[in-house]
Amino acid sequence: MAHPGLPAERAVIPPEGKPALAAKARLRYDQASGGYMLLYPERGLALNATATSILKLCDGELTIDGIVERLGREYAERPAPELRQDVLEFLAEMVRRGLLQVRG
Amino acid sequence: MSPAPRPYTLVAELTYACPLHCVYCSNPVDFARHHDALEADDWRRVLREAEQLGVVQVNFTGGEPLLRRDLEVLVEQARALDLYTNLITSGIPLERERLVRLRQLGLDNVQVSIQDARPAESDRIAGCEAFQGKLRVARWVKELGFSLTVNVVLHRQNLDRIEESIALAEELHADRLELANAQYLGWAFLNRPALLPTAAQLERARSVAARARARLEGRMEVVFVIPDYYVEFPPACMDGWGRRFIVVTPDGLLLPCLLAHTLPGLSFGNVREASVEELWTSSPGLIAFRGEAWMPEPCRNCDRRAIDFGGCRCQAFHLTGNAAATDPACSLSPHHALIELARDEAARAPSELGALRYRTAGTSAAR
Repeated sequence: MAHPGLPAERAVIPPEGKPALAAKARLRYDQASGGYMLLYPERGLALNATATSILKLCDGELTIDGIVERLGREYAERPAPELRQDVLEFLAEMVRRGLLQVRG
Repeated sequence: MSPAPRPYTLVAELTYACPLHCVYCSNPVDFARHHDALEADDWRRVLREAEQLGVVQVNFTGGEPLLRRDLEVLVEQARALDLYTNLITSGIPLERERLVRLRQLGLDNVQVSIQDARPAESDRIAGCEAFQGKLRVARWVKELGFSLTVNVVLHRQNLDRIEESIALAEELHADRLELANAQYLGWAFLNRPALLPTAAQLERARSVAARARARLEGRMEVVFVIPDYYVEFPPACMDGWGRRFIVVTPDGLLLPCLLAHTLPGLSFGNVREASVEELWTSSPGLIAFRGEAWMPEPCRNCDRRAIDFGGCRCQAFHLTGNAAATDPACSLSPHHALIELARDEAARAPSELGALRYRTAGTSAAR
């Protein structure tokens, strides 16, 4: 998913933080596109495969480190630091939009 | 004929009945002529057929959707289809037990309207005592773990107190705050002299809302919608005619927007007689303004025609008598002077509240 001009430092997520979807947001499989959508009041985002994988791991139990580790198995070709940076930027954008909450 | 695009949202207007009498109600002014003709089974079928067509969200609205005692059955059906399910309500009449039940059935978001952060002013615009009940409902919504949207309709009389509305939404821990200016159609058009704000009021309120949006980022989504009367180019009304939204009225008409059935000369089919897909694809009223073939100059050759789709058809009709005209809100419209005149009148109008026409069955039937 594109998130242009993201100031990642605006919503710093601690590595021990446990992200979970906000109360207003829900994932839904979309038959027509074969992908997932993130739905919230009056809006929806069509997610790409990576964004979907990340959000599915945001269960309020896994830490950022845990999420990156799990994703690393799925995207073995990606260098870990790069993957981690991408995950952090994406999650920060979701937090900024109020679609994700980080506890702990 | 343009091919029918995929709709994403179903606006299910379950009834036009409402305990409130808001002076800018978005229901048609002749709402009393329409009756709740759809049974729960009709609505359940509409939900299934809309989902088949691509819809992912449903807004249960009205009038006041809580007046339908079968709302629960419809929420249950919507969730069985995995639709994102929104209840757009005044919060009146609602008992806590019913809200608990709706939560169990999987309702996702509750939008509560508040007319003003001040109780007396709120009740005056609503035409009845409702304010305290609304706050009670908004608190239950959060207690029960729902997502809460607070919607405040803005106008000349409450714009200067926008800070109070923001503070109230924060106090209620709203997830989303809609600060939506009235759009001057239907009831709001009848009350335009008393409601249309000045440019200065809007400019100030807009900057207050922008600061709140930045401050509350990540906690509360703040949406500020200006009235079309103060834009340079109109917004894409309903994201374009028959493009993203399906509206079904209490009597079963399938429309592209809330007021399309008030436009003369357009015929819309009824979901009791045809499938949602059939109507969405080929009802004459849906086809009439879908795509670009209908567009007059200056829309026809305008770079913005795929951005704003010519603006609002209902506004064009209200102001020019021709639904196929360019929206006069557009600064390029040959009828734009009508908008400028209204702005001038607003700038000269006295600040105290003028006479209001309340939305009631009596005033509606008389029209």
